[in-house]
Amino acid sequence: MEMLLSGNQALARGIYEYGGEFASAYPGTPSTEILETIARFFKDDVYAEWAINEKVALEVAVGASYGGARSLAAMKHVGLNVAADPFMTLSYTGVNAGLIIVSADDPSLHSSQNEQDNRFYGKFASIPVLEPSTSQEAKDFVKHAFEISEEFDTPVLIRVTTRICHSKGLVTIGERKTVDRGGFEPNIEKYVMVPAYATKRHKLVIERLEKLKDYAEKSKLNQIEWNDKKVGIVTGSVAYQYAKEAMPDASILKLGIGFPLPMKKIKSFASEVDQLFVVEELEGFYEEMIAAEGIEVEGKKYFSNFLELNIDCVREGFVNAGVLDSSVLKTLPKTESVLPRPPVLCSGCPHRGLMVSLKKLGVYTTGDIGCYTLGGLPPLSQIHTCLCMGASIGHAFGIEKAGKTAKKAVALLGDSTFLHSGITGLASAVFNKSRITVVIADNKITAMTGGQDNPATLKTLMGEKTKPVDLVKLCESLGVEHVRTIDPYDLDATYSVLKEEVEREDVSVVITTRPCMLFPSKIRDIPYRVVTETCIACGACFRVGCPSISAAPETNEKGKHKSLIDTNTCTGCTICAQVCPTGAIVKVES
Amino acid sequence: MNNGTTNVLIVGVGGQGVLLASEILTEVAKNMGLDAKKSEVHGMSQRGGIVTSHVRFGKKVSSPLIPAGEADAILAFELAEGLRWVGQLGKDGVMIVNTQEIIPVITTTGKFSYPENIQEKISQLAGSPIFIDAFEIATKLGNFRLVNTILLGVLSKSLALDEKKWLEVIERMAPKGTGELNRKAFLEGRKYE
Ligand SMILES: Cc1ncc(C[n+]2csc(CCOP(=O)(O)OP(=O)(O)O)c2C)c(N)n1
Repeated sequence: MEMLLSGNQALARGIYEYGGEFASAYPGTPSTEILETIARFFKDDVYAEWAINEKVALEVAVGASYGGARSLAAMKHVGLNVAADPFMTLSYTGVNAGLIIVSADDPSLHSSQNEQDNRFYGKFASIPVLEPSTSQEAKDFVKHAFEISEEFDTPVLIRVTTRICHSKGLVTIGERKTVDRGGFEPNIEKYVMVPAYATKRHKLVIERLEKLKDYAEKSKLNQIEWNDKKVGIVTGSVAYQYAKEAMPDASILKLGIGFPLPMKKIKSFASEVDQLFVVEELEGFYEEMIAAEGIEVEGKKYFSNFLELNIDCVREGFVNAGVLDSSVLKTLPKTESVLPRPPVLCSGCPHRGLMVSLKKLGVYTTGDIGCYTLGGLPPLSQIHTCLCMGASIGHAFGIEKAGKTAKKAVALLGDSTFLHSGITGLASAVFNKSRITVVIADNKITAMTGGQDNPATLKTLMGEKTKPVDLVKLCESLGVEHVRTIDPYDLDATYSVLKEEVEREDVSVVITTRPCMLFPSKIRDIPYRVVTETCIACGACFRVGCPSISAAPETNEKGKHKSLIDTNTCTGCTICAQVCPTGAIVKVES
Repeated sequence: MNNGTTNVLIVGVGGQGVLLASEILTEVAKNMGLDAKKSEVHGMSQRGGIVTSHVRFGKKVSSPLIPAGEADAILAFELAEGLRWVGQLGKDGVMIVNTQEIIPVITTTGKFSYPENIQEKISQLAGSPIFIDAFEIATKLGNFRLVNTILLGVLSKSLALDEKKWLEVIERMAPKGTGELNRKAFLEGRKYE
């Protein structure tokens, strides 16, 4: 049977069919649906969980592998930075049952803070990298990855990209097969990485890489499609699809194993074609290794290391290289540039009241990663730094200790982000006698990534009730003496609590209490409307940046537009009514 | 149509149902025994941002993305989005535009304004575009959520996919209890001139 599956669904299906028994992840676009799919369809056979962060997700998956279960840890590309510590040494210990790490990279930064190329992690750690180019391969490669993992005693990195994760294609469905790898067997020299044992293991890693190179030479995952020999293309992942469509007559060496490369195969391929090109997304990862072997090759000169590739830019690259006729390039008709639609905080988002209050306070906000980061865009523009998860606290603290900034900085981060990597920053700030204010925007969900539970919410990924972390008690136990909660829908109270805490000469934490209005289920109250006659077109409600508010056709005497509320989308949060100086925003009569 | 592959670009604004529409189309193509791919980006775009979905089907589809200017059909769920993407229409391509307007928050800053005379501008670039007020038709049928099925009905006329397969997929994928209504909405769109 065939099904239409996204790359993420196909990876989940692969974990199920090829005997996976354990999966852990921290959500992150574009990887999130892998675990959601496992939990939704395969939870009777595969245990699935949200870990508190990627480092923990990998550590538990490693434990499960040592313990005999074929395992998966999945994350977005930047998640592997968080998990890099276990990842690097895991290469030395190896595994018991097959262990897969999925890294979902995001070329073009569709929903990320950078476009790092995680194939380098494979090379960095001497861990093999598989790169599927379709949904079908995403499923199939799980099988190969488990087998390689067990045969070579190594974890395997499956590297996908947004275009693989979120594209759907046909996948042939099979039955589940399991393996028996026993339970955990103590083996101190293998699993205890102290210098004496780790030295020996490193030697094994070096030998293992040589064996993996031989495997890559013979593996069917690296395939040559012979065609005209004027142009030879080495490619992999989704770039293969673009290259194939752009250059239907060229010969192609498609790499399913992105590391280590089958260098002998590449050499012999190169020797048979007139001109060798590498088409790969992001960095010149294959190209550098191939060129280092003294093989003549072109790649990044024609195919950018910036943003995603597509057929058009691949065609253009080959035209520029002089091997494709320029008639394939289309000039699109000139169209009017249409206004942008930057993402915004939803109507009724509890973060809005917080942003409005912080703005009124006139503080800097060291921000973090979550929906509240959208408060950095106009008209709110109230997030002043955003680097990586958890960084808000360190930033506020650093600015304070640097002592050169008159305005105070307030750290703002969400519940999920605080648990992911904010706790350590807060403990460090208390320990080092900081006086920063940390705001935890606790909307009781991990919203940005589509509404996943986290350790401060009530249920697990498998749907069981669980014990939530008490954020107030947690902060108090770290030594924070002033922990207060606020309702961000109440602007006056929010403002005054924030003001008191910002002025306090001690570290303090303010926690919001309103749930997300989108996840886990939509929350709506009676909507509000604008009384046009009373509206003076001052624009105060525009400045709260609500998507339900737009300019009305009516204007005031100076020609400025009055406001209009879309009652179909207004959730009745009242923030705009609270900032309106003339009381022109009122509840819709039922 | 290029090398036997049909390219359909579906565009709109987060929350309009673009993703479900493209899901249905891809499923219909698959049920016709064709190779089919669909590609979109989730994530930030769902917070009121621009949503685009590429659907390709034929004997064998490679790239999940449609090459620039090679769409055989563009289905725009929102008027200004129609204008944004009309340049992607290939020769003899079909342009279908829902006339609903969704004004983004950014207009309240005064720095950007919603374009004017959009229908004329689209008509200049696309042979004979089809404009439809699907929202009005949906409301008449009794549920504004039917917009997306009506639009699929309009689109279906320009694609070589069986009506029976369309109806099967629509009834199966429609929310519980709305199968019959969605069937009606599809047929309503299909007869739209
Ligand atoms: C290391 C890392 N992992 C995952 C992500 C993806 N990500 C972006 S925001 C976010 C969660 C935000 O949740 P929360 O802090 O609760 O804020 P909310 O979106 O709910 O407001 C995640 C997981 C990331 N950017 N970096």
